[in-house]
Amino acid sequence: MVKVNGEEKDAAGKTVAEYVESAGFNVARVVVEINETIVPKGKYAETTLRDGDSVEIVCFMGGG
Amino acid sequence: MNDKFTLGGREFTSRFILGSGKYSLSLVQAAIEHAGAQIITLSVRRANTKEQENIMDYIPEGVTLLPNTSGARDAKEAVRIARLARELGCGSFVKIEIMRDTKYLLPDNQETIKATEQLASEGFTVLPYMYPDLNVARDLVKAGAAAVMPLGAPIGSNKGLATADFIQILIDEIELPIIVDAGIGAPSQACRAMEMGAAAIMANTALATSGDVPRMARAFKLAIEAGRQAYLAGLGRVLSRGAAASDPLTGFLH
Repeated sequence: MVKVNGEEKDAAGKTVAEYVESAGFNVARVVVEINETIVPKGKYAETTLRDGDSVEIVCFMGGG
Repeated sequence: MNDKFTLGGREFTSRFILGSGKYSLSLVQAAIEHAGAQIITLSVRRANTKEQENIMDYIPEGVTLLPNTSGARDAKEAVRIARLARELGCGSFVKIEIMRDTKYLLPDNQETIKATEQLASEGFTVLPYMYPDLNVARDLVKAGAAAVMPLGAPIGSNKGLATADFIQILIDEIELPIIVDAGIGAPSQACRAMEMGAAAIMANTALATSGDVPRMARAFKLAIEAGRQAYLAGLGRVLSRGAAASDPLTGFLH
């Protein structure tokens, strides 16, 4: 299992590109971090999610 | 009139930094227009797949984004959020916001200095939100801040310039732009801060909790411009006692 934004997901083995797209994220507007390390956009297709990874997928929202 | 201020190598003519929190995306564009704002703050949060609309779709080209690090409890978390914000691809401005306390939401000055030093060394244009303390402000200058953002009153309180005397010390002693952030609840308060010599004002809740967000954005714009002009003109003196006639005192009915 992979923890994505705090929730356990069955995403091990998928690439970041595959997961972000299949889960329905707006790829152009998010940034992905695996185990506190940012994944550059150019590496989504070659980075595979592993069992036990902790993933954050974040975007801009309104704020002060 | 050529009255600009510079942050991170960019020149700005508007001295109103607009927050985008707590009101609807559909009002963001109108608020920016009415505010005449050239800088808008944002937060970084977990994305979800249900909302396909993104605030970025509502911000006009050419507006400088100022992501904050809200949610950070220490310098390490603030640095992490700042890096995520930069990776989102919208420049390297960051407003450092570090809070340990969830009741009063007061900034942690010591952690803020640490984060400022780290992020400045990584090439960020760092705007630290802080509790107005001259020694801390001097440390922030040394750490490489681009401006200093003292709070007027607790975040979201709309209480105005509770810290006015201490902000004035920063304005008088610190070379960097002093941008009053947090607590400004009414245009009159923004105007007063500008009359004191603040370089700019940041406001969010004052608009978000008002009856008409775009109209209040315009009210703030006008107040900030008025205060700036008053500062540049130099306010008239205050008499400690007595009066001074405004009319000529001679040559009539005597």
